[in-house]
Amino acid sequence: MKKVRYIWTLVLLMVFTSGFASAETSNEGGEVDVNELVFGHINDAYSWHILSIGDTHITIPLPVIVKSSTGWHVFSSEKLEDGEYEGLYIAEGGTYDGKIVERNSSGEEVRPWDMSITKNVVGLIINSTILVWIVLGCARWYKKHPVENGAPRGGVGMVESMVLMIYNDVIKEGIGPGYERYAPYLLTAFFFILVNNLMGLIPIFPGGANVTGNIAITLVLALLTFFFTNAFATKEYWKDIFWPDVPVWLKAPIPMMPVIEFFGLFTKPFALMIRLFANIMAGHAAILSLLSIIFITVKIGPLLNGTMTFVSVAFGIFMTALELLVAFIQAYVFTMLSAVFIGLSKVKEKEEN
Amino acid sequence: MGLLTPDPGLLFWMVVVFGIVFFLLAKFGFPVIIKMVDDRKAYIDNSLKAAREANEQLANVKIEGEKILAQAHEEQARILKSATETRDRIIREAQEKARLEGDRLMEEMKKQIETEKESAIRDIRRQVALLSVGIAEKVMRTKLADEKEQTELISRLVDEMVESSK
Repeated sequence: MKKVRYIWTLVLLMVFTSGFASAETSNEGGEVDVNELVFGHINDAYSWHILSIGDTHITIPLPVIVKSSTGWHVFSSEKLEDGEYEGLYIAEGGTYDGKIVERNSSGEEVRPWDMSITKNVVGLIINSTILVWIVLGCARWYKKHPVENGAPRGGVGMVESMVLMIYNDVIKEGIGPGYERYAPYLLTAFFFILVNNLMGLIPIFPGGANVTGNIAITLVLALLTFFFTNAFATKEYWKDIFWPDVPVWLKAPIPMMPVIEFFGLFTKPFALMIRLFANIMAGHAAILSLLSIIFITVKIGPLLNGTMTFVSVAFGIFMTALELLVAFIQAYVFTMLSAVFIGLSKVKEKEEN
Repeated sequence: MGLLTPDPGLLFWMVVVFGIVFFLLAKFGFPVIIKMVDDRKAYIDNSLKAAREANEQLANVKIEGEKILAQAHEEQARILKSATETRDRIIREAQEKARLEGDRLMEEMKKQIETEKESAIRDIRRQVALLSVGIAEKVMRTKLADEKEQTELISRLVDEMVESSK
C-alpha cells in the first residue's frame, strides 16, 4: 500500500511539474535558454538568484566592492539591475561577459579591481562557517567528555570516524614518517572540499553555490598543496628532479629529463586543480541540463513532455545521487593525491647496492 | 571571462576565507580531535593491560591460595600427628610416672606397715611383759602369802640370777 502511494505521489508531482513548466514558458512566451540557465548557475554572479515566479524574481542582493579609476565603490548589486551605476555596469558579451566593467578614456571596456562579495564568496563563507561549526563543535564535545567516558556517538562519532579515516588511511599511509606536520592542512582541505561539494548539491538558498566548481577555489587549494609539497622537500627530491637517475645522455647536454621532471612539479597540482573543478562543474551542469529537458520539451506536446519529465526526474535523481558520491570521492582523491605528492617529496637517499 | 580564468576577487576572498578556516581548524579543531582519539587509544591500551595484569594476578592469587591451603593442610596433618605423639608420650609418661609413684607408695606403705608391725609387735611384747608381770605379781601375791615361800622364791630367783649372770 505504501509503495503504491509513493508512486502516485511521484506521478502527481511530475504532472504538476510539467504543468507548471508549460505555464511558465507560455507566460514568458519564449524559448528556454538552457545555455544561459546552466552557465548562469555555474558562473559566479553579483546577486543570489533564488527563484522566479512569472516575472517576479526573488534575489538576494550582495555587496559590490570595486576599485575603479574613480576610486572605491561599495554598493548593493541591486543598483546594477537597471544598467550603469557610478560609471560601472555588467558587461554583456566580450571578454568580460557577466563581470563589472567600466570604460576607459579610449572607450574600451576594462575591468576595475573587483573585490565584490559575489554569490560564490557568500557560499564560501556560509559553507566555511558550517565547516568550522561542525569541527569546533566536535572539538568542544571532547572538552566536555573525559576520555574515560568512551567514544562519541551520532554526529560527533561520524566526524571522528571520518577524521580518523583520512588521518590513518590517507595521511599516514600517503606521507609516511613526518606526516604530523601536514595533517592539519590535509584534513582541512578534505573537509573544506567535502562540505563545499555537498552544500553545492542542495538546490535552495544556503546551498547551491557552485563553489568547488570554480577554478579560483581549486587554484588556491592546488597552490597550497604545491606549497606544502615543495616547501619541506628533501634534498634527494630536488636531486631527482634536476639530476635524475637516468643515463647521462638524457640529462646532458640537453637536459631532457630535468625539464620533464621540472614540469612535473607543476602538472601535479595543476591536475588537482582541474580535476576537482571539472568534476564538480560538470556534475552541476549535468543535473541542470537534465532538468532543462522538462522545459525544452514543453513545446513538443504534453505526451512527450510528460514522458520526458519522468525520464528527466529519474535521471536527475540518479545524477544527484551520483554527485553525492562524487562529492566525497573528489574530496578524498584531492586529499589522497596531495598526501602522495607530499610523501614523494619526503623521499630519502636511496641505499647504495 | 571563461570558466578557466580564475577571478581575482574570488581568489582574494578564497585566500582570506580558507586562511581563516585553516587557522581555526588547524589550531582548535583537528589537533584536539586527534589528540583525544590518541588519548582514548592509550587509555584503552592501558585498560587492557591493567585487565590482563589483574587477570594474571587473580590467577596468581588462586595458585597462591591453593598453595596456602595445601600448606595449611600439611601443617594441620603435622600438628595432628605431633599432637597424637605428644598425647601418647604424655600418656606413656603419666603411666610410667603413675606406676613409679604407685611402686614408691607401695614401698612406703610396705615400710610403714613393717614399722607399724614392728611397733605393734613391740607394743604387744610390752603388753605381754606388763601382763606377764601383772600376772606374775598376782601369782606371786597369791603364792607369796607366807614368808617361807617368799624366802624360797627369793633365793631361787637369786640363784637363777646368779646363774644367768655367770
